[in-house]
Amino acid sequence: MGLLSIGFTAPWMLAALVALPVLWLILRAIPPAPVRRRFPGVALLLGLQDEDTVSDRTPWWLLMLRALAVAAVILGLAGPVLNPPEERASDAPLLIVMDGGWAGAGQWAAKMKMVEARLDAAARDGREVALIQLTAPEDPRFASPAIWQSQLPGIQPQPWQPEAGALENVALTLPETAFDTLWISDGLEHSGRPDLLAALEARGAVEVVEDDLGVVALAPGRYEDGVLVLTGQRAGTGGAREITVEAHGLDPNGVARVLATTPMTFASGEATASVDLSLPAELRARISRFEIAGLRSAGAVALSDDSLRRREVALVAGREDREGLQLLSPLHYLRQALVENAEVLEGALTDLLPANPDVVVLADIAVLSAGESEALQDWVSEGGLLLRFAGPRLAASEVSRNEEDPLMPVRLRSGGRSVGGAMSWGEPKSIAPFDIDSPFHGLAIPDEVRVEAQVVAQPDPNLADRVVAELSDGTPMVTRKTLGQGQVVLFHVTANAEWSGLPLSGLFVQMLDRLAVLSATDVDDDARMAGTIWSPVKVLDGFGRLQEAQTLAGVTGEDLAGAPLGPELQPGLYRDGLRLVARNVLDGEAKLHPADWPARIQVSGFEQTPVRDLSGWFLAAALLLFAADVAASLFVSGRLWGARVAGWLVALMLVGQGAEAQENPIAIADSREVVFAHIKTGNTEIDNLALAGLRGLSETLFFRTAVEPNPPRTIDLETDELVFYPLVYWPITPDQPIPSDEAYAKLNTYLRSGGMILFDTRDADVAGYGASSPNGRKLQRLAAPLDIPALEVVPGDHVLTRTFYLLQDFPGRYDSREIWVEAAPPDAVQIEGMPFRNLNDGVTPVVVGGNDWAAAWAMDARGNALYPVGRGRAGERQRELAFRFGVNLVMHVLTGNYKSDQVHVPALLDRLGQ
Amino acid sequence: MISYPQLRTRAESEAARLPPLLAQAEHLAGTVLLGEHGRRRSGLGDDFWQYRPVQPGDSLRMIDWRRSAKSDAQFVRQREWQVAQSVMLWVDQSASMGFASEKNGVSKGERARVLALAVAILLIRSGERVGLTGTTLPPRRGEGQILRLTEMFLKGEDADYGTPEARAMLPHSRALFVSDFLGDLEAVEAALLKAADRGIRGVLLQVLDPAEESFPYRGRAIFESMAQSLVHETHKASDLQERYLKRLAERKERLRALCATTGWQYGLHDTSHSAQSALLWLHRALERRL
Repeated sequence: MGLLSIGFTAPWMLAALVALPVLWLILRAIPPAPVRRRFPGVALLLGLQDEDTVSDRTPWWLLMLRALAVAAVILGLAGPVLNPPEERASDAPLLIVMDGGWAGAGQWAAKMKMVEARLDAAARDGREVALIQLTAPEDPRFASPAIWQSQLPGIQPQPWQPEAGALENVALTLPETAFDTLWISDGLEHSGRPDLLAALEARGAVEVVEDDLGVVALAPGRYEDGVLVLTGQRAGTGGAREITVEAHGLDPNGVARVLATTPMTFASGEATASVDLSLPAELRARISRFEIAGLRSAGAVALSDDSLRRREVALVAGREDREGLQLLSPLHYLRQALVENAEVLEGALTDLLPANPDVVVLADIAVLSAGESEALQDWVSEGGLLLRFAGPRLAASEVSRNEEDPLMPVRLRSGGRSVGGAMSWGEPKSIAPFDIDSPFHGLAIPDEVRVEAQVVAQPDPNLADRVVAELSDGTPMVTRKTLGQGQVVLFHVTANAEWSGLPLSGLFVQMLDRLAVLSATDVDDDARMAGTIWSPVKVLDGFGRLQEAQTLAGVTGEDLAGAPLGPELQPGLYRDGLRLVARNVLDGEAKLHPADWPARIQVSGFEQTPVRDLSGWFLAAALLLFAADVAASLFVSGRLWGARVAGWLVALMLVGQGAEAQENPIAIADSREVVFAHIKTGNTEIDNLALAGLRGLSETLFFRTAVEPNPPRTIDLETDELVFYPLVYWPITPDQPIPSDEAYAKLNTYLRSGGMILFDTRDADVAGYGASSPNGRKLQRLAAPLDIPALEVVPGDHVLTRTFYLLQDFPGRYDSREIWVEAAPPDAVQIEGMPFRNLNDGVTPVVVGGNDWAAAWAMDARGNALYPVGRGRAGERQRELAFRFGVNLVMHVLTGNYKSDQVHVPALLDRLGQ
Repeated sequence: MISYPQLRTRAESEAARLPPLLAQAEHLAGTVLLGEHGRRRSGLGDDFWQYRPVQPGDSLRMIDWRRSAKSDAQFVRQREWQVAQSVMLWVDQSASMGFASEKNGVSKGERARVLALAVAILLIRSGERVGLTGTTLPPRRGEGQILRLTEMFLKGEDADYGTPEARAMLPHSRALFVSDFLGDLEAVEAALLKAADRGIRGVLLQVLDPAEESFPYRGRAIFESMAQSLVHETHKASDLQERYLKRLAERKERLRALCATTGWQYGLHDTSHSAQSALLWLHRALERRL
């Protein structure tokens, strides 16, 4: 296949290219059409001769353009195809054999595309097709490709490899008729493959397609010497290859995410790579699976089970005062049993419970305080495992004597009993074989374990249900009850070797393991897996996705540990009681063997270049050329000048520059001068009123003060920038939209950086300030996300009362005294003899009121008031005061608390006549 | 014969065009402050001009006794001479005046009419008599004449280029000719000479479109006059520009020279410029000749 091979579906169309030179001549003869213009000055043109007549003929480049366009049309109609499919001359039926294991899942889409292409080709050639997957073998069934096409989406990779003997079976079921074979291999060796290959070759040609990327799989992580060891396997030993391993799990918020990533490098010529991953215990416990990044395959996923999880076991003992007698310590054997496989916490119960351990062990503790008992019950109810051991104290106490203690599985008889001691009649008792319902079922009982003393359970009706282990005489040795989601287990013997030999034996550790006290669940340990039935919780599909196990049957512990994967035993998570075990595609020691095809078989990869129809491109090019021809023709005939060009250029510039070009002038203009702004409410009337009000205020300032503002602006919170405007007027309407989060972020930035917002509910005539009116309620909702300090009604000595005019009222169209500003600091005190407190800090970021100031300020372009205020002279006075309030407000914004400075007090006192 | 409804409809539609033109002209005229302008010499009129000592030959009736009683000499009260002049307008209504190079721009005819009407309003308000050259609308005074003028201005002509109407011009009156003067210059020359013979002084305002002044065309084009009586085809319009502008300049120079010989004033107005400046110029030009 060449670098660029183009074929034509309708090559006869190319004959039309012959017509191009003719077209050239015709086009050349036709000059561009003249424009007819009305022009009175033509009287002056009469008699003028053209200096040259060259443009009478079409320019050569325009001809070229048109010829190219026509050529492109012809080529496009001829149906050009990039990488035309090669012709295969065979009409025998086609058998498609797919390995269909997890190893091929990585390139499954490419495989399916190829199969689809082959089905299409077979449909064109009228061949029948059969398709079999070796992982789920069926008898080959030749049928029309259309039938297979409809079934293609249902064909998925399986999370296992072809079972032993499967290939031989397939070889036996092949029909005797001749057919060709396409074998889509995963790249792994399977037993019986040469036989099947020979059988297929006997029927017809065999073509093999194989993944070109080698198969890579990840073995489950192990916890060794404080680090996680991850091992990867690959089929074959190629050059160096680096993969990335991700550890997935839930973060503390319960969100699935990648907890850690580490690169893993296969050295050149090595089939195995491993990497150490050191993670904190908390993080390690959260890992639910490891994955090879970017590879979708069951083999690229290694599920982790309890084995990575270090259980936290809290050990609490009653007697801690016997110094030196370590072997007699009630906790010694427990500690020895646990320290390898769990995080052991020791201390007082009340200190340990907040750490939320997985298991609490109470060794011979009889009485708990009411608070301890309650906390412990809560903890157990939430899923904790309380493991109690008997002892002299428990035997002597009254705990669970007459009434069952919530933290005891059974009632106890007083005193306990001693068997086989120096002062007793009988022999020490051995442990009876475990019942099939017992969690300890299947554990071998060593002969040397003897029980010499125990606490004895009261024969209650429910006692039989709660016994999980008993002595040879039928007395309970281990009892258990559930409490909420957790359980309470009582060993009727001590945790040390005082009452029995159990703690000295290996059985003790195994029992603890069965009770899920220990973390590590080593499936290889036959003894611990023997006799258990594991039910699948979640299973992996071929792509490495976890699916619900649904109705899959349980498997025995032995199978789970050793049997090969198949439809009966799928990789996934299996549960038995509290224990969780992961069965992964790749076990620790397993190796991946690459398929080794004989030299006579041609093996190709998937990277076939796709057939691409180019006719669309050619036709689009023709369209573009014609468009260029339109522009060029206009240019030649002189119609592409002046306003048209300018218009297009401007349009292009607008498209190119976008919003920036439009916004900048506003930003520059507004940042140069003082400009006030109001927030757009969406109510046109209110917006116009607010704008007119600010215009009136600006005019007033212009005439009366040194502040000479530019015309005010309307700003949309969502799109416009606030920072250029020292004062923003925000009229409240009940139906204005709540700004977005970004707008609120902008507003808060604005308020923090010294801006001021004047909120106006415009309803002081009908409502006091507060949530009593619709506007007030709306204001509460609008202002809730704003970063506004505590507010107070303007005190009489607020700087607003004297920044420019001396004011005590702040009327607008309405005259309400209730104007709210930032509260004065609580430590502001009035100095004797001074009329003002020393409030020399900060500008209030908000002023809240309802006096409808904009209406009082509003002016039309000629300076006439737009809205009536009050009646007669009193009304005019009120409007004047409204303007004065506006001036004071702007002065406050612009000069801050300058007027609050005590330096001005004497002058102010003088003016106040004091 | 036109039936009544038809006539009514046409009259209505014509009348609908009246107010804008009139309003525009009124608006324009309102920009020029104008009183009842006197002749700045003593004569028959209503306004006081001056007191002058009695000279031999003055009748006793003419002595202003009230003034004379204040001093020993006798004084005669003189009034300012106020007299109405006739101003004749000719506004080119031909098809070529309908040209506007910009799509929504002002056509030359529109500008010419507004300017002429505004001048007429100013003149009538200052007591002059205004009419059209020719016999259609002789000069009269009064506001009614403004409406009649407006009506006349709205009647277009079909001819490609207009020729000045120089018939029935009152001797020693004043005249205002507004046109693009792109047509036959001989007719203009004849009209001006005829007017000069009768002692008529006036103003010649040439209104041109910016496109006519700059000739911004390129490429292959067929140029047609507005009524399509003249056609000129070119393959490269840009080549013609220089020669066209030269011809235009020659034409303007010829008009200027013609004005100089006949004692008229020549003005050039570009429709892309403001009408107000043209009106001010017209007003001053008409007044200076009085």
